Amino acid sequence: MEKVELKNICVSYGEHVVLKDFSLKVEPGQIIGIVGPSGCGKTTIARTICGFIKPQQGTVKLDGKTIFSHKDRIDTPPEQRHIGVVFQDYAVWPHLSVYDNIAYPLKKRRLSKQEISPQVNNALEQVNMLGYEKYMPSQLSGGQQQRVAIARALTSSSDFLIMDEPITNLDAKLREQMLVEIRMLQQRLGTTIIYITHDQEAAMQLCDKIVILELDGSIAQIGTDEEIIKNPANRFVFQFIGVSNFIPVMVDDGKVFFDFEEKILFKSKIPEKLAGKKAMLGIRPMDIVFDDDSPVRAIVSQAVFLGNMYNYFVRLSGLEIRVQQIATSENARSYAEGQEVGLAFLEERYFEREDA
Amino acid sequence: MFSRVKNRNLIRLEGNGGFPFDRMMTILCYIALITVVVLPVFMILYYAFWDGTKIDIAMLQQVIFQKSNLRSMWNTLVIAVFSTALATVVGVFFAWLLGRSDIPMKGLMKFLFSIPFMIPPFLAAMAWDMMFSGRGGYVNKALMSLFNLTKAPFNINSVAGIIIIEVVYYFPFVYMQVVSALERMDPTLEESARIAGASQLYVIRKITLPLTIPAISSGMLLVLITSLSNYGIPAMLGYSQSIFTLPTMIVELMNRAGGSFEGIRQAAALSIVLVFVVSIALLVQRRLLTHGRYDIIKGKSMRPMLIKLRGAKYPLLVFSLLFLGLIVVAPIVMIILVSFVKAYGLPFLAQNMTLANFRRIFVGNIMVRDSVKNSLFLAFSAGLFCLLLGTMLAYVIYKVKPKGGTALEMMAVLPYSLPGTVMAIGCMLAWSGAFFGITLYNTIWIILVAYIARYLSYVLKSSSAALQQVHGSLEEAARSCGASHLDTLRDVTLPLIKPAMISGFFLVFLPCMRELTTSILLYGPNSRTLGVAIYQLRINGQIAPAAALSVVTITLIIICNNAVKAITKDRKRG
Repeated sequence: MEKVELKNICVSYGEHVVLKDFSLKVEPGQIIGIVGPSGCGKTTIARTICGFIKPQQGTVKLDGKTIFSHKDRIDTPPEQRHIGVVFQDYAVWPHLSVYDNIAYPLKKRRLSKQEISPQVNNALEQVNMLGYEKYMPSQLSGGQQQRVAIARALTSSSDFLIMDEPITNLDAKLREQMLVEIRMLQQRLGTTIIYITHDQEAAMQLCDKIVILELDGSIAQIGTDEEIIKNPANRFVFQFIGVSNFIPVMVDDGKVFFDFEEKILFKSKIPEKLAGKKAMLGIRPMDIVFDDDSPVRAIVSQAVFLGNMYNYFVRLSGLEIRVQQIATSENARSYAEGQEVGLAFLEERYFEREDA
Repeated sequence: MFSRVKNRNLIRLEGNGGFPFDRMMTILCYIALITVVVLPVFMILYYAFWDGTKIDIAMLQQVIFQKSNLRSMWNTLVIAVFSTALATVVGVFFAWLLGRSDIPMKGLMKFLFSIPFMIPPFLAAMAWDMMFSGRGGYVNKALMSLFNLTKAPFNINSVAGIIIIEVVYYFPFVYMQVVSALERMDPTLEESARIAGASQLYVIRKITLPLTIPAISSGMLLVLITSLSNYGIPAMLGYSQSIFTLPTMIVELMNRAGGSFEGIRQAAALSIVLVFVVSIALLVQRRLLTHGRYDIIKGKSMRPMLIKLRGAKYPLLVFSLLFLGLIVVAPIVMIILVSFVKAYGLPFLAQNMTLANFRRIFVGNIMVRDSVKNSLFLAFSAGLFCLLLGTMLAYVIYKVKPKGGTALEMMAVLPYSLPGTVMAIGCMLAWSGAFFGITLYNTIWIILVAYIARYLSYVLKSSSAALQQVHGSLEEAARSCGASHLDTLRDVTLPLIKPAMISGFFLVFLPCMRELTTSILLYGPNSRTLGVAIYQLRINGQIAPAAALSVVTITLIIICNNAVKAITKDRKRG
């Protein structure tokens, strides 16, 4: 049985439609990342599951139980849904101590003091914050506050958490560390986590499964990190998950050309992956190598040595293309700006072209 | 399993409003505001334009063009314009001196500036009257005997006298606005002009002044509006010479009317004139506040570049201290001295000193004792009511967000812009049996209602500022933790805005303690307030007891003021 199931959810604020006929299933015991550019409706999904938003249409099920259904007029209030939520701005109550913050969900369940104490300690232990019970939130750093928020979410519900951009407000080093801790915590407790972020790298590092949303709120692709990297469903996903180059290509007379004002021969055979007459070639900077024998010629317009790699911008008939080379690889060589180079494409992909 | 679940949040799903509790509060807010604000305002319009059978504008014209009323309008304008202009000059000068120069003893001077805020204007006017009254002011008398003059050199009981006292009393408004703008101004703006070769004076003229113009003009308008609707100062100083301004004229008309329909109508009509004049100033203020912001003034506090006064340092210091001594310290010393003198007019010699005045007001005078009790009761209850209603309003306007939210807010801040005199007349007209036969006139309750209306917006402002700081996620976090809507309100929202609520209470309590303008119109035989008691003692010639009661009042205010500071400070540490 799915942990969470969203079916045909529609949410709009006035004229502005955020989610249109949105459906999603979340398997239990997983971290599922919901990733997308800002404004795509990630947070709206989280708020719908929590019960802070009433969709204009659709159904939400939690553990197979309907908690929201517009048709059947069911709307379980947020406090009865038992979901742990971690907010981007921590939302740790500044007037309560760390202990009281974490004990609050238990108090609301009317547990006795003797029952509450060990649970709070357990939660504190999970986030490595034992000994901070008496602190006020204002005495804690951002990272510590975020741990308190996670501990509180855990006492609220240890089997289902929603984290909405939980580490965005932390500095880079701490972000890395928190990701590891969240992952370890999830593996220890088997918690189902919906992890919402705009940072695809964090999502890939953390999540069992990733849902990539398009700007209009529709799902572009669902899959594991490997699936998404190896087989991006469309140009949007390819572009979203990493640095990318796009070059228009066309097929003519059984050959593939770069579709610039003057056509440049790219391949004399049509690759299997390429369907149709016109397409957009997408390639990562790492998958382009300099090859003096290649017929595809370009001019180096910028060369920067970044320590572990060379970063180049080369001009290919007016189009800037980014090329990266690992500094330690065998054929890495430094090229000067203005120098002519040949380019070989190792692992290119073909996407639909808008004007095709 | 999929049968229709009966759900108590069904209404919400349908979009027919919120949780019943929220809706209940919204309705309560409407009822309270209509009662406290809308009805009085409506009654003034009703009396001004309705002659019993039909709409009547002739009376309004007649009132406007009556000679004595024209005279009071002229006085009001002259006083307002001149006191605003002078207060601005003085305020800007001191703001610059304390905010930008290296003059010593800034702490002392800043403390002295805060004193006029604590002393009610009519008390200050009374103290000045004791010093410079044309008939027997102590300073006048001293000067006369010193220089063998036959006539008093100063006469405070004149339009010019009123202007000077208003300047003295109101220039801190301008000072406060400008000094905070100067403190928030990015010092690099001035420094870069200096580096570019501009002289010190040129920088002040071309950079500093223009950048503070929004602050200056908002301070100016504050003075203008307060001066237009001020009652205490012109009443204290002008009454004996029959110098009337619009607010004092309205009260005079009301007193002369003695309850007659025609008389009340005239007072109501004149109130409309006053409101009209004030609202023009308010409109200008609103325009300035929304359009006149410079981004260069940052919220962050920075260390400004201080200008070295060099040779001018000590002359300026002496001048400032003398000036502040004269306008801040002298009146207080005067009141204290007079409170101990056997009879007003006697020189301050040891054999003329006595504690009898204090004994007289507390032992012999029931009216005075009542007035202390009344003022404490009124200030406390008004503070409490405003606290409850204002916080509820803030919650409804900013969290529940009902459809008529802006209307609620406008209703709540309306009395703040109305002169106290006008609001008092509105209350009087509304609660003398006009609605449901409720007659509060002559009781303490009508004063309470008027206080609540007048000061409600203070709590609304402090509470809504605090509520807007309570991010929605804090409340949503509580909901997810299993707290119901009411739990969330009780456990999270209210505790977080508690400090603002407490300071809101005192923001109401303190001005109520020293109120005169509305209570002078609304008091009854058993509901005199401190302000009224002092005023009446003074009018009846019992000047020394009046001074004694003033000393008591000022002491009370200072104690309360310090209590507030202690409470708010305690919280910051905790």
